Amino acid sequence: MNDSTTQTSGDSRQSWWRRLRGGLSRTSSAITAAITDLISKRKLDAGVVEELEELLIRADFGVDVAGRIAGAVGEGRYDKIISSEEVKAILAAEIEKILVPAARPLVIDGASRPFVILVAGVNGSGKTTTIGKLASRFSREGRQVMLAAGDTFRAAAIEQLKIWGERTGSPVIAGAQGADAAGLVFRALEAARAQAIDVLIVDTAGRLQTKAGLMGELQKIVRVMKKLDPAAPHAVLLVLDATIGQNALSQVREFLKVAGVTGLVMTKLDGTARGGILVAIATEYRLPVHFIGIGEGVDDLAPFGAREFAQALAGIER
Amino acid sequence: MFEALSDKLSGILDRLTRRGALTGADVDAAAREVRRALLEADVALDVVRTFIDKLRQRAVGVEVVKSVTPGQMVVKIVHDQLIETLGATTDPIDLNAPAPVPIMLVGLQGSGKTTTAAKIARRLNEQMRRKTLMASLDVRRPAAMEQLAVLGRQVGVNTLPIVTGQTPVQIARRAMEAGRLGGYDVVLLDTAGRTTLDEAMMTEAAEVKAAASPHEVLLVADSLTGQDAVNLARAFDQRVGLTGIVLTRVDGDGRGGAALSMRAVTGKPIKLIGTGEKLDALEDFHPARIADRILGMGDIVSLVEKAAATIDAEKAMRTAERMRKGAFDLNDLKEQLEQMQKMGGLGGLMGMLPGIARIKNQIAAANLDDKILKRQVAIIQSMTTEERRRPDILKASRKKRVAAGSGAKVEEINRLLKMHRGMADMMKAMGGAKRGPLAGLANALGMGAGMPSAEEMAKLAEKMPGSLPNRPQLPSGMPAAPPPFPGALGGPPSSLPGLGGPKRPGLPGLGGFPGFGKKK
Repeated sequence: MNDSTTQTSGDSRQSWWRRLRGGLSRTSSAITAAITDLISKRKLDAGVVEELEELLIRADFGVDVAGRIAGAVGEGRYDKIISSEEVKAILAAEIEKILVPAARPLVIDGASRPFVILVAGVNGSGKTTTIGKLASRFSREGRQVMLAAGDTFRAAAIEQLKIWGERTGSPVIAGAQGADAAGLVFRALEAARAQAIDVLIVDTAGRLQTKAGLMGELQKIVRVMKKLDPAAPHAVLLVLDATIGQNALSQVREFLKVAGVTGLVMTKLDGTARGGILVAIATEYRLPVHFIGIGEGVDDLAPFGAREFAQALAGIER
Repeated sequence: MFEALSDKLSGILDRLTRRGALTGADVDAAAREVRRALLEADVALDVVRTFIDKLRQRAVGVEVVKSVTPGQMVVKIVHDQLIETLGATTDPIDLNAPAPVPIMLVGLQGSGKTTTAAKIARRLNEQMRRKTLMASLDVRRPAAMEQLAVLGRQVGVNTLPIVTGQTPVQIARRAMEAGRLGGYDVVLLDTAGRTTLDEAMMTEAAEVKAAASPHEVLLVADSLTGQDAVNLARAFDQRVGLTGIVLTRVDGDGRGGAALSMRAVTGKPIKLIGTGEKLDALEDFHPARIADRILGMGDIVSLVEKAAATIDAEKAMRTAERMRKGAFDLNDLKEQLEQMQKMGGLGGLMGMLPGIARIKNQIAAANLDDKILKRQVAIIQSMTTEERRRPDILKASRKKRVAAGSGAKVEEINRLLKMHRGMADMMKAMGGAKRGPLAGLANALGMGAGMPSAEEMAKLAEKMPGSLPNRPQLPSGMPAAPPPFPGALGGPPSSLPGLGGPKRPGLPGLGGFPGFGKKK
């Protein structure tokens, strides 16, 4: 439909950077403009550090992380004249330091066939779209992908996944709306094993982490899978919407507890003042961030790189 | 959604209220903590700043009213300030325009526009008796239009037939035309969202607005939104022009900062809040009550209203009548249990009770969940009609059968029967008294109940000097100080950890509920 499929090959590294920069531009330009304002011909003092902290809070870094980063920028540099470029560089370096442990790619282990990826998240975080993008990525890599329409709750979720299945040439296992999700997932896993599928991606209904009943249902899905393959699911991806503020931390905590999340996908990281939450999550949880989405195109979901993200966030040109 | 914030604030304010006198340093310390609590609740920084400035201004050199500690004054100031920021009045959707009244929903992708459209349509259709037509203008997301059609069927509201290849503006025109021809009262337009605030979306929304000239333009926004909420609300207001805001996912554990921020930045009222996935989970927004909830004061009016709206009045009257006569059998009990489930279960009810925010961890520890209600209904369902009518005939072998049928233990059945007997006795004892229908009903539910006890009301009054006049008056039919609900729960919070522990003889409440006192 409207998904831009113009750049597909690996040489689009540069354009990805450009899109990442573009995506985070509102955050970074807010940060850089303010930094320039803040710094111009001033000595670095407590006031500057405090303003820097507020700046970071505004970008969803959270009170603690913002305080820590701002403190680190100020440390040992009080009463020195410092250029805004330097501040940006320090800022980027500090952010990068936090993010490096999180930048680990999603490795598909060829030994386990099918490699089962369970995708979970709250409503509207972009699970189904993320699955579509992952499916297209894996099929391009020459893997046979199957999709399981485990979101039996939301009206038209099944249709949406089927459309993605058609686009990527992947079979879709679906039941009726309102059917038991765990049963469907079981069937899908059986089918995937029978058809020698490489990657089975399981969609689930969106659920708020506070709903005990729905979280229990998610647990059941995991449990049922293990009956067929004790190692499944091989990856549990939590899809997080970057617009969400500090609540993302609570989402990570609960989904980790219930479904044993192995990695994160952060969507909608573009356009507005956000992105800081990723840093807050990386500080608190040692979970890898596998992919970030900075646009609606199929190719706008890309592996996460700590340095480029930190630099893009701090507004550094390269 | 406000629990986390209210936890923090009531902690801060608790410490303050105990002080006799308040120095400038005290106010500063409190202001810093309030600032942090608000920021962690995702209230936008600018809004926090204004809030804190005003708080300081008012709190320093505060006009201390006699018999009120300065700390209490600060509580009052924070409370007033919260209400002021949230907007003082409740603004419902305005339908005061020639039919069909166009209502347009805008918002980002994933904010819940389509679900909200169905919820609003359902409310207009069922509660306000307006013939409503829904139309999806989302030509971008796969299956978006089908989603609305499916939801429309679920809530019994017509949707505009899908014609592929039309632009949103064309669909909007077609919808208005269909609305006129079909004699509809309201036409709901669900626009396409984007993942970001982009130009194309704004232009599209502005064009649709120009074409349909909607009477209401509602921004549907996720209450979990972070610092970006202000930009979002401001951008939509400037480009499209809003008349109000609908907050979704208020049932999550987000902290409600977005509500404060968006209202403060746009000055547009929050009209409705979405409180769950079910299509009836849509409520009016009451700023004063939400401010109370943020402060951890509970939301008593919401509870009463919800009870009144959910409970089938006729059925309740019948039950009340039977109870008055002292005939209260297991069928009646089952009906009540089901009513409670409808009202959002124990969790839903308790979230609205005063003081609960502070003790919710203990509740979680006691494993108090709606399974109890469900299981008890299951037990009753496994009984024969005769057994339900005359529980006395349930002896060992029948109990065994019921236990096997409902997957419960015999002890659980005994506990249920004991609870029922206690309630029936209570009903009989109260039978003679003359009361309004709601009172009977409330007691019947063990819910009248939701009201705090006399001491607690006194405590509330003490805690909120000056704000009492605004405090909702209980409906006259309600008993002044009915037994707390459920069972031991409604008592002073301090008695809670023991959930169902100390037995209060004669209470119709749920104190005797199996599972309550038992750690599972």
